Order: sequence, then C-alpha cells, then structure tokens
Amino acid sequence: MRRRLEAVSVRNRLKVLRAERDWTQADLAQALEVSRQTVNAIETGKYDPSLPLAFKLARLFCLSIEAIFQDEIEL
Amino acid sequence: MQNDCVVLHLLNDKDTNQLISHSHATGAWAARMIRSTVGLAAWTAAWVATLALATFGPGALWKDATTPTLLAIGVNVLVGVGMLFANKRHLLDLDELQRAIQLDAMAWALGAGVVGGVAWTLYDRHGLVGFDARISHLLMFMAVVYLAGCVAGLRRYR
Repeated sequence: MRRRLEAVSVRNRLKVLRAERDWTQADLAQALEVSRQTVNAIETGKYDPSLPLAFKLARLFCLSIEAIFQDEIEL
Repeated sequence: MQNDCVVLHLLNDKDTNQLISHSHATGAWAARMIRSTVGLAAWTAAWVATLALATFGPGALWKDATTPTLLAIGVNVLVGVGMLFANKRHLLDLDELQRAIQLDAMAWALGAGVVGGVAWTLYDRHGLVGFDARISHLLMFMAVVYLAGCVAGLRRYR
C-alpha cells in the first residue's frame, strides 16, 4: 500500500511555559546550555530542537516532550 | 513524571521571583565556549603569522635559502593543522543551532570555492582575465561566501 509523504511541522508551548515561571529567555538559555538566540528560534518556530535538547526541556519543565511540542501533519 | 523530573540547577527566589541558576554546569559550558573561541583565534593568528614568515622570510630574512624556506612552510602547515583541530573543537562547543549555522556557511564556502575556483582557473587558462589567477583570490572569495553564509544564518533564525 502506497502512502503519500506528509509534511510535519512542530509547534511548541515554550514561550507560555517560560512565562508561567517568569523566566527570561536568557535564564532558560543558561539552564539549557544554549544561546539565547537558540531559545528564541525554538519559541518562534524557526528551529526545531534536537532530541537531547527536547529531553532537557522536558526535564526542566517537569513535563513530557509531547506536552511541550505538538506536531501538525500537513497533507 | 512530576516525581521523576529533575530541575537542572535552578532555584526560584520567592522573594524576588527571579530565577537563580547554579552556574556549575552552565558556567562551565560558557567558559568552555569562550576558551575554544580564544583558542581558535590564537591558532588562526599563529597560522597567519607563520604564513607571513614563509611568504616574506625568503626575501627579507634568509635570502632565498632552501632549508629555512622549507622549514617555514612546514611549520605553517603544522600550525594550520592545529588550527583545523581548534576549529573542530570550537564547533563542538557551540550549541546545536550555532553549529548548524556555521556548518551551513562552511558548506556554501566549500562549494563556492570548488565551483568558483575551477571556473577561475579556466578563465585564466584561456586568457579571459587580464591578470594571473592566484590562490589568494580563491581564499578571499571563499571568506566572503562564508561570512555571507554566517550573516544569512543569523538573520534566518533571528
């Protein structure tokens, strides 16, 4: 059975989660050992983090990865 | 999940509602990146200095003697290899987005260098340029492409 390739885009709740804890981007970047630019790029959806970084985020916020990142399948 | 999660080096100051970070791991990362950046700058400066010595030494210092010239070129190559390793260490110390931007820019510079360099050689071979094609032209072209790639990458993820 042939399946059509589907494009997947990823959304995240990082900005909301950060705001709930009153953290700045610089605070989050320092905790994750990445640059503030990387945090900003993830929040604005311009960059999807690697799996290790996604796990780091999940541990930091005490949430599952799926609670932070949601994928949208575009047909 | 709540019981298993580990808050990485973070404490909330309830009085000021500010995040206080334990800087052990995070400070180590920043310090490592600064160290590798300074190291790369030092190796690059050393390579340029040995290049200058190998370029101008034969004419200005040892009057075209073969042995010192060979030694100077050999030292320049060794320092260049050190610079390559320093560049690799620096790349590994960057965060993943910074590394992606750098690798993209390097890929463009490499490709442009190959394609542009071959074309430039052909132009020279067939007498289509009014001066000799030199390796410095290629290096400058690759440097410009690399810088443009870095700027484009930084703007893309801004």
